[in-house]
Amino acid sequence: MDVAIVGLGLHPFGRTATMSGLEQGAAAVRTALADAGTDFKTMQFAFGGSQDGGNADSLVNLLGLTGLQFTNVANGCATGGSSLNAAYSAIKSGQYDVGLVVGFDKHARGAFNPKPAEWGLDDWYGETGLMLTTQYFGMKIQRYMHDYGISRDTLIRVAEKAFRNGALTPTAWRQTALSWEEIENAPMVSEPLNKYMFCSPAEGGCALVVCRADMAQQFHSNPIYLKTAVVRSRNYGSFEVFSPSQPPEVAASPTVTASQTAFELASVGPEDIDVAQLQDTEVGAEIMHMAENGFCAHGEQEQWLAEGATEITGRLPVNTDGGCLANGEPVGASGLRQVHEICVQLRGEGGARQVAGQPKVGYTHVYGAPGISGVNILTR
Amino acid sequence: MSGAKPLHPGLFTWPDQNPSLMGSLCLDCGEHAFPSQRSCRACSGQNTQDAELGNTGTLWTWTIQSFMPKTPYLTDETPESFRPYGVGYVELPCGLKVESRLRENTPDQLRIGMPMQLEIISVREDEKGDALMTFQFCAAKETH
Repeated sequence: MDVAIVGLGLHPFGRTATMSGLEQGAAAVRTALADAGTDFKTMQFAFGGSQDGGNADSLVNLLGLTGLQFTNVANGCATGGSSLNAAYSAIKSGQYDVGLVVGFDKHARGAFNPKPAEWGLDDWYGETGLMLTTQYFGMKIQRYMHDYGISRDTLIRVAEKAFRNGALTPTAWRQTALSWEEIENAPMVSEPLNKYMFCSPAEGGCALVVCRADMAQQFHSNPIYLKTAVVRSRNYGSFEVFSPSQPPEVAASPTVTASQTAFELASVGPEDIDVAQLQDTEVGAEIMHMAENGFCAHGEQEQWLAEGATEITGRLPVNTDGGCLANGEPVGASGLRQVHEICVQLRGEGGARQVAGQPKVGYTHVYGAPGISGVNILTR
Repeated sequence: MSGAKPLHPGLFTWPDQNPSLMGSLCLDCGEHAFPSQRSCRACSGQNTQDAELGNTGTLWTWTIQSFMPKTPYLTDETPESFRPYGVGYVELPCGLKVESRLRENTPDQLRIGMPMQLEIISVREDEKGDALMTFQFCAAKETH
């Protein structure tokens, strides 16, 4: 049984001082249910996740105690991808007909401060100042620039595109385009990445109503089909965050393995994708993920960005809503925002940021610590 | 004058004239790990033993920590006294790359491929006034 997405709900990302994370999640659910023309009582199951906003299954206190199966998912930045993967399996197996995927969060300002013990590490690692995700991102793109000849200009181009697209997206957090000079001269955070090259922890909520494909028309006249949802963890040798050491041989990342599996299962190739969301926790991530997801060879990003190939008007628009850079990252909701945006684009509801030519096949990729990737391929 | 001791046991040989990083070697598949691990991440076996990893290597990648980290960072520094520090992976002779603080802390001092050497530094004092020591790498002195 194929799986359809028939309801989209987003509570704007950024900061909503008057609402808890849980309330932002509930708002997203109500929007998604209304979009699908249905109600919470009809939902047979839910998968949801939040890192700092409370237990996702507490949403029933705000939405109704209907007795549905509600499973909490916690997979770091890949929480949304893992939730959708679980919902996909629940419908694909025939266990359920219709249900809900939801993610929300409300993070404190500034960088995340993870606890070593939760990652299987001893305290010395954090105490001596090695436990910052920003360092990992700086070091990974530093090596990548060295190996594949990526220039600093290309880093700036990715940030420029993100904020330009954010300015076209009414639900984005950062809706002001930034000039080349503003980005180039921003304070350095972790060489070679500066302030405007990183996304920030944020708040927000996102929800999707999913159902059996043969029931889709009951809920929405323009269903989007989830062809495949794949989640993979890291193999030995993959260069990942929070690693006190790395083996001699660098292995393919979980993004590569998830992407290859997804393309195989969906029987399409990278050349068939009309619009994509690639995890852009920082600009280097978007650049590396273009190649790791199979859209170009390592090093070709330099030319792609110079040509504007990933602009809304380019041959493969990437992060049309400004991605994590312009929307911020409420961890539990972020991976679902990617799917939400691809559904908007495939429905043709993108407004000022709509990709021309009626895109038919979309792609989402989320990546989370300590090396988890989720890939979804969607069609209309 | 108080003494000094490692912040965490088993990371390096110390006190020692010529301190070395300590890790483990898998006797089944030959892979090294740092810190020392009882289970091998490469082959899933449990036939490992402690091994000295040496005190030299080359810089594989690097960045600079330009602001004082929040917890779990724990040193004697204040936001006023904080000085940026380098962070990198140093490729050891056995091929393993170890993540480490670097003494060098400006881009012009750091280059992928440069030779590095281990040094033992103080992180902070404990409640008895003993210095707690950890490792870092710094640019290797020219040998010719």
